[in-house]
Amino acid sequence: MSDEIKVGAYICKGCGLGERLDCGQLATIAEREGKANLVREHDFLCNAEGVAMIQNDIDNEGVNKVMIAACSRRSKTEAFNFENVAISRANLREGVIWVRPDEDEAQETTQEMAADYVRMGCAEIKYMTLPSSNEEAASNNSLLVVGGGIVGMTAAFEAAAAGYPVTIVEKGGVLGGSAHDEYKRIPESTPYADPEDTGVADMVAKVEAAGNITVHLNSTITKTSGAPGRFSADISTESGSTTTENFGAIIMASGASNYDANQLPELGYGKTPDVVDQAGLEKLAMEANGGPIKRPSDGKEVENVVFVQCAGQRSTKEGHLPYCSGHCCLTSIKQAMYFKDQNPLVDTNIIYSDMRTPGAGGEDFYRSGQKKGITFTKGTVSEVTVGANGPEVKFNDLILDQQVNEKADLVVLATGQIPNSGVDIDLPIATDDDEEVDLDNLVPEVKVESILNLTYRQGPDLPHLKYGFNDSHFICFPYETRRTGIYSAGPVRRPMDMAQAKEDATGAALKAIQALENAKLGRAAHPRSGDLSYPSFRKEGCTQCKRCTVECPFGAIDEDEERYPQFNEARCRRCGTCMGACPVRVISFENYSVETVGQQLKNVDIPDEFDEKPRILVLACENDAYPALDMAAQNGNHYSPFARVIPVRCLGSVNTIWVTDALNSGYDGIILMGCQKGENYQCHFVKGSEIAHIRMSKIDDTLQSLSLEEERVSTYEVAITDIERAPQLINDMAETVERVGMSPFKF
Amino acid sequence: MTDANQQMVEQYRNNFLREVEDNVEEGEWVKMCMQCGVCSGSCPLGPHWDHPPQELFMMIRAGKRDEVLQSSSMWMCTSCYNCIVRCPRELPITHIMHGLAHYAKRLGIAPKNQPTYKFSQKFWDNLTKTGRVNELKLGLALYFMNGIGEGIKTSLKMKDVGLGMLLTKRLSPMELIGGHKCKDTKGLQAILKKAEELEAARIPVAGK
Repeated sequence: MSDEIKVGAYICKGCGLGERLDCGQLATIAEREGKANLVREHDFLCNAEGVAMIQNDIDNEGVNKVMIAACSRRSKTEAFNFENVAISRANLREGVIWVRPDEDEAQETTQEMAADYVRMGCAEIKYMTLPSSNEEAASNNSLLVVGGGIVGMTAAFEAAAAGYPVTIVEKGGVLGGSAHDEYKRIPESTPYADPEDTGVADMVAKVEAAGNITVHLNSTITKTSGAPGRFSADISTESGSTTTENFGAIIMASGASNYDANQLPELGYGKTPDVVDQAGLEKLAMEANGGPIKRPSDGKEVENVVFVQCAGQRSTKEGHLPYCSGHCCLTSIKQAMYFKDQNPLVDTNIIYSDMRTPGAGGEDFYRSGQKKGITFTKGTVSEVTVGANGPEVKFNDLILDQQVNEKADLVVLATGQIPNSGVDIDLPIATDDDEEVDLDNLVPEVKVESILNLTYRQGPDLPHLKYGFNDSHFICFPYETRRTGIYSAGPVRRPMDMAQAKEDATGAALKAIQALENAKLGRAAHPRSGDLSYPSFRKEGCTQCKRCTVECPFGAIDEDEERYPQFNEARCRRCGTCMGACPVRVISFENYSVETVGQQLKNVDIPDEFDEKPRILVLACENDAYPALDMAAQNGNHYSPFARVIPVRCLGSVNTIWVTDALNSGYDGIILMGCQKGENYQCHFVKGSEIAHIRMSKIDDTLQSLSLEEERVSTYEVAITDIERAPQLINDMAETVERVGMSPFKF
Repeated sequence: MTDANQQMVEQYRNNFLREVEDNVEEGEWVKMCMQCGVCSGSCPLGPHWDHPPQELFMMIRAGKRDEVLQSSSMWMCTSCYNCIVRCPRELPITHIMHGLAHYAKRLGIAPKNQPTYKFSQKFWDNLTKTGRVNELKLGLALYFMNGIGEGIKTSLKMKDVGLGMLLTKRLSPMELIGGHKCKDTKGLQAILKKAEELEAARIPVAGK
């Protein structure tokens, strides 16, 4: 095949397109205006015959760029999947005939709409090239697991069992992590009735038995660089020796630390040894080893124990944890059983505000605790004081609505977990002599050392999602972090117990394997899985402004010695936020660039001001807003015939030049539709929508310099379910344009 | 249990719970309540109870022996079984209520002026005499439960219903003298006596 570009435009007449539209006119437009080398109409393009026709043109006519004017790009993706050619789609079905009434008076504008989409499709394809496979693609099958606790060990032997060599780096001297300090664990199998052996020894044996797991004890990671498929990590031992190894992907399993109960003097901690936290009780239980548990102060056998749930947790008080640590209710039940199983006459009172027992067996275990005679009291503890014979718990019984002062031999505080997530790279760097900097975080401050020591431009550790946990979205993208190829699992990701942590570890191991396999092929990881395109930049044009390196939501871009951006394709998720950020527009993907979108909007026919036919440009996020519009069309929700919708990878990829160009070309209104931003963001690329909103808030200057009304450009958060609202937003803009008048920039 | 200090010590201990488990019918279920409150919300008479079932269960666990057993609450139960049907933990709540009432009665600390308490006694006496419920006598006993004046007033109020029942042969005036009985009244009495002995061996009745 020659390098010559040959565009084939195919116009489908199926699904009512033939009846509703003058397809002959569309074909003429594709040929005359779209400059397609070959134009064909077909009655049913997505059937075997239609597809064969296109394939035949590719094989025998030299067509290497295909423009399909039919249904939405989200439909018939399998039928219209041609190899080795670039493809663009003009959305005539969901974008035109389904959003317009089938009436004679609407016919003219509907046809114009279709004609514009054909022009846009032809313009886009001209500037698209087929993504070539990534030159950077690197292959390395080994996994690095950071942390040798329950999570790390599980991830290691699960990945090892799948045939991938694993290296565990553990800070401590033994494997097992915090599970080592537990007497027994919450049961993980039916009938979920009694505490079980922790199983740490078995797991350690399993790790040792697996041939392809290397364990570095007393070691930390002092440097991590690279990208999926070619990570390089410096593993340093306590004694100071350092080895450098290469890995394909990384699993962050650094676990959690216990909340410092010394911050709870009101609950008596530190005032008497008979108030302990859950870790303290595990210690007592281990010392008792099946015998009666004795209280620390005088060695008296405990006859009455009170558990205080949510101690320093789920509270907005300063120094408290704002979140629920997820395991403490089950842990308290387990610990109350230590007493009840040994002697049923020991009184155990668990004072809770909400009993939360997650997991398959949670409810069974709770019930088992009740059967064993543990008293569950819904109440709030205000104070634990030290009485003559031991601690006294002051609480308000919320069922009986009474103040109680209960005497106990021992009080156990259910304090929470704090993730070992390293440095919060989003915080301003506090210097030693500037200790009063209010970091505005609710998590109590502990001296933080970096865990991964990444050499990334954006910081040495994984970005935090919330409360210091490393994740990118608890619900939509579990295990994903905002650093491609590094997956977090266990309580560093979100608070959890041992059983959940194991499941988590397995999931993260699977993700890590996917990441290194993707890296081998130069493909993107989630959410644009399999995408081969990657950003490149024109070095001559770069002004080293660093916006791309700062704004990349995934920290994929570093800076080289000359301070130019250095793209690490394997870390890239292909959202295009860098492309949107670049003020000199030198960043582009092969099949998605400033030109592919810019040429689309420039090729729309802008009628004369006096035609009363405004043009509204809609830049819609392809993940949520564009599907919402497609679904609106499927539901028959009509919208203004003056809208021209262009899907974008992420609102973050919207370069303000598109808005400026559109305004200069005479568009009357511009709508940007992205995903929900902020704390409960829904953006597939985490920050894209947020960044776009910030950029667009500054578009007013452009509007002012053009003497245009501010209402002409609006940015919205649109959810995939907004099938009524999304068309309404377009109609609202049409009304706005009617009100403020046509743009004077029509030539 | 008047000593406040003593009460405090005993609170939230399992003593009373164990007592309930040992002596109250279905009492071993009390500890399984998870305080969701569905029973209290489902009870048609709920607003009239001093302590709805879920609260009673918590009081038992909190060791409030006197308050529970002297309460009129469980006497308010009409056995509609709404709570049993709805309890997510499948507690036989109605049965526990009756069990608690029964236990309080045996201990002699049930509220004696509670109408249900009185009626229950009258029903029992009426039934055990002949082995059959004498509805006419039971009805009249109920009307005159609180004295002659109120009895006459209630009787007059209900006279149309009574006459209607007479006409449709739902009520026989002959029941006033003797009335129908089961075949072996003596045998029945013997059975009940034996049962009482067995029960007394288990839980001593107050005053005996």
